[in-house]
Amino acid sequence: MLDELLELGDRIVERANNGEQIEAIVVNERETEVRVYEGDVESFTSATSQGIGIRVINNQRQGFAWAGTLDPDVIDSTLAEARDNATFGSVDPDLKLAEPDGVPMAELDLYDPAVADFPTDDKIALALELEKMTKAGDPRIVLVESADFADSISEAAVVTTSGIRIGGRDAGSYVTSTVIAGGDDETQIGFGYAVGRNPGELDLVKAAEMAVERSTRLLGAVKPETGRVTVVLDPMVTAQFIGIIGATLSGEAVLKGRSLFADRLGETVASDLFTLVDDPTNPKAFTAGEADGEGLATRRNVLIEGGRLNKFVHNSYTARRLGTESTGNAVRGFTSTPGVGTIALSLAPGAREQAELIADIENGVLIQGVSGLHSGVNPVSGDFSNGADGLRIRNGELAEPLREFTIGSTLQRMLLDVIEVGGDLDWLPSSAAGLSLVVGDVTVSGA
Amino acid sequence: MIDQGTLENTLAAATARGGEFAEIFVEDRQSSGALLDDNRIEELSSGRSRGAGIRVLVGESTGFAHTADLTERGLLEAAKAAADAARDGNGGVRTVDLSSQHVDSPSPVAIMPETVAKQRKVELLELANGAARQVGDSIAQVSVGYGDVRRRIQIANSDGLLAGDDQVKTRFSVSCVALGDTGMQTGRESIGHSMGFELFDQYDVTELAVKAANRAITKLSARPAPSGAVTTVIGKGGGGVLFHEACGHGLEADHVAKQATVFAGRVGELVASPLVTVIDDGTMPHEWGAFAIDDEGKPAQRNVLIEDGILLDFMWDELRARAEGRPSSGNGRRQSYKYLPMVRMTNTYIANGETDPEDIIADTDSGIYVAQLGGGQVNTVSGDFVFGMTEAYLIENGEITEPIREGNLIGNGPEVLTSIDALGNDFEMGAPGTCGKDGQGVPVGDGTPTLRVPALTVGGTAA
Repeated sequence: MLDELLELGDRIVERANNGEQIEAIVVNERETEVRVYEGDVESFTSATSQGIGIRVINNQRQGFAWAGTLDPDVIDSTLAEARDNATFGSVDPDLKLAEPDGVPMAELDLYDPAVADFPTDDKIALALELEKMTKAGDPRIVLVESADFADSISEAAVVTTSGIRIGGRDAGSYVTSTVIAGGDDETQIGFGYAVGRNPGELDLVKAAEMAVERSTRLLGAVKPETGRVTVVLDPMVTAQFIGIIGATLSGEAVLKGRSLFADRLGETVASDLFTLVDDPTNPKAFTAGEADGEGLATRRNVLIEGGRLNKFVHNSYTARRLGTESTGNAVRGFTSTPGVGTIALSLAPGAREQAELIADIENGVLIQGVSGLHSGVNPVSGDFSNGADGLRIRNGELAEPLREFTIGSTLQRMLLDVIEVGGDLDWLPSSAAGLSLVVGDVTVSGA
Repeated sequence: MIDQGTLENTLAAATARGGEFAEIFVEDRQSSGALLDDNRIEELSSGRSRGAGIRVLVGESTGFAHTADLTERGLLEAAKAAADAARDGNGGVRTVDLSSQHVDSPSPVAIMPETVAKQRKVELLELANGAARQVGDSIAQVSVGYGDVRRRIQIANSDGLLAGDDQVKTRFSVSCVALGDTGMQTGRESIGHSMGFELFDQYDVTELAVKAANRAITKLSARPAPSGAVTTVIGKGGGGVLFHEACGHGLEADHVAKQATVFAGRVGELVASPLVTVIDDGTMPHEWGAFAIDDEGKPAQRNVLIEDGILLDFMWDELRARAEGRPSSGNGRRQSYKYLPMVRMTNTYIANGETDPEDIIADTDSGIYVAQLGGGQVNTVSGDFVFGMTEAYLIENGEITEPIREGNLIGNGPEVLTSIDALGNDFEMGAPGTCGKDGQGVPVGDGTPTLRVPALTVGGTAA
């Protein structure tokens, strides 16, 4: 199928007129999802999604159009639409397609044929088994709201008139369980998951235990008093936090004056314990990939090194505008032009496990989850204020559960207030890896 | 779109292996957008997506498949895949006679956006950009977006239903960054309605731009938000989104069926302040969440969920309604043909009260006034919610005084509902929204008059 995608790309690109640049992105994805509820299949979805996106640059203007099909009949109309759209764009001499830059592609082996061959009945069996294990995990579990198995195979090709012709495919699977735990007159929800390049790698025990722990340990939660304390971010929370930091380091944000770190290259912006890396070439990363959205090789970029701001991420356009090279960070689907973003973030891990970090804290809060991140963080101003739940840390040990409070600071301060980085690196099903992170002087607002 | 014979054949194939219900949902979506950023028309973009989703219900199980191939062959293949997925085994030939029904759209379109010259759309972007930048030297960056979408849908099911709708939406937004001694602040304004290009006969994009720019500039002098429990006055319009999150999701029948909401089993009980009436209304003309039929072919309805504080009913889709032996409430929606429908809100609002909003503020000794909320999130099981304030002020001695910086508001939905102690008479709908649930986004509207909650927790940075 990948060859067919590349050939379709060729057929689009070869239509270019003199002086016209064309880029085609062609995508084919297959997914299945099984959801079980109380021992039965609640839904089974089998889906294929396909599409082409065409970008045209002509006379220093850019236009774009897409279609959600691979039907060759739509090439004409989509290309015509992209060309027409280009006539309305602003003239910008920096508008050019990416060109091959000689950086070799990593060979990551992200496709395991076992995913395609995995029988439907086995998918259902996995989801049912997860439901059973979760339910049996604790007598306080009153309901397994859903237990899901999902897998996907995705193939994409980028072909351009500027000499790029690259295709790649990857496969993955995951299970997830959402449970409700009940106590006296209250309920709490929790979820757990496990991921694998193929279904055989899925750790159901881990997924079930996680869902049970996250729901039951919040039972009886109270509202904390308002004050400033040291917090330990659980790995999943840290992953969300560094994802936000990553967004502020986008070359596009820098270019357009929306990055709070715009003028700070080379300066100390974080604690010297803080080293932030974006590395899609690490096959352990859930979002690993060999090529970026413009077809350039992905690469390992150290963004913050020992607290010093080292690098922003770029696609070829933002790099050209700012007089530097693309870092292989074009991100997109077939329905949009390439943006810029981090792809697979992680922090350089420290040495100690979460329990050891907690043991050093006299008065603090373990943050299990945050909510409202899309509204509670302003990546332009750096204001940070989010709803949270978690557990009190008292005299080095976890104490009562806490809910209905917020944690607040600014991104700038939180980076400098990092006290310790945990050694418990965990590759989550997201574009950032997690580990426990200790941050001092965070405002907890409750009662 | 698809002819009746093909639809009937597809439904017959979908039920060939048994199953008590089968449905085909056909969608043809055309969208166009234009973006101005950093003083440049960065991009005009057009998209087209067509396809069909087919589901088969067997007992409590649903089989679902979708395809972008709308030929009879493609549809039959998808129907077979859905039937296989539901897997009953008690097959049989079943014929379906479809009878077409027509429902008038609450949102007739005067000017189809596709008939408007692209140059006109570009001019609107430039007009707004210029207006925002003229507000003050501190405006450092402006981004302006235009978008329209036309979504034609067709639904046929094994009960014989055949219905269609043609849904057109147009939106416009302005985002500004202001730069001052204290750093950067942002301001955003957006409009969107279920209508065509006549949107711009009703709204002046320069006014919108000025408002967004002023919002960013105001926040430059804002001081850190207080922390802890404070009396909170929520302004009219956009504050409605808080109730979408804080109670709307808890009133969705799929959450109720799994007991995953604090409102389960409480119909007929007092669940809110007697001042409060909550309505979900898909028929509101031209509102962002309005339509003629939902994505299961059922006419949009006006559903009173809570009346004078008493819980009357939940919102229902076909699946949940069948299980309970009652009609759907017209709340079955999906992001696109690639997704199963779910119970979703449409336009959800708190009905008008009787108090002058100025009296509500004058009657508040100290607290905060929230003029604009950002996005939010709710834990439907506990009812805990969190919301971003994107424009807020202190209330001191009954007067709105200084602006405060961004922060989150948190609270518990059911508690907030019961504690509302003042409701204004200035009802207004808010900005267009996209509601996310289980990975699917659908357009929704919300609204409220000014109201007061005696204590919400503000997550500021001033301890």
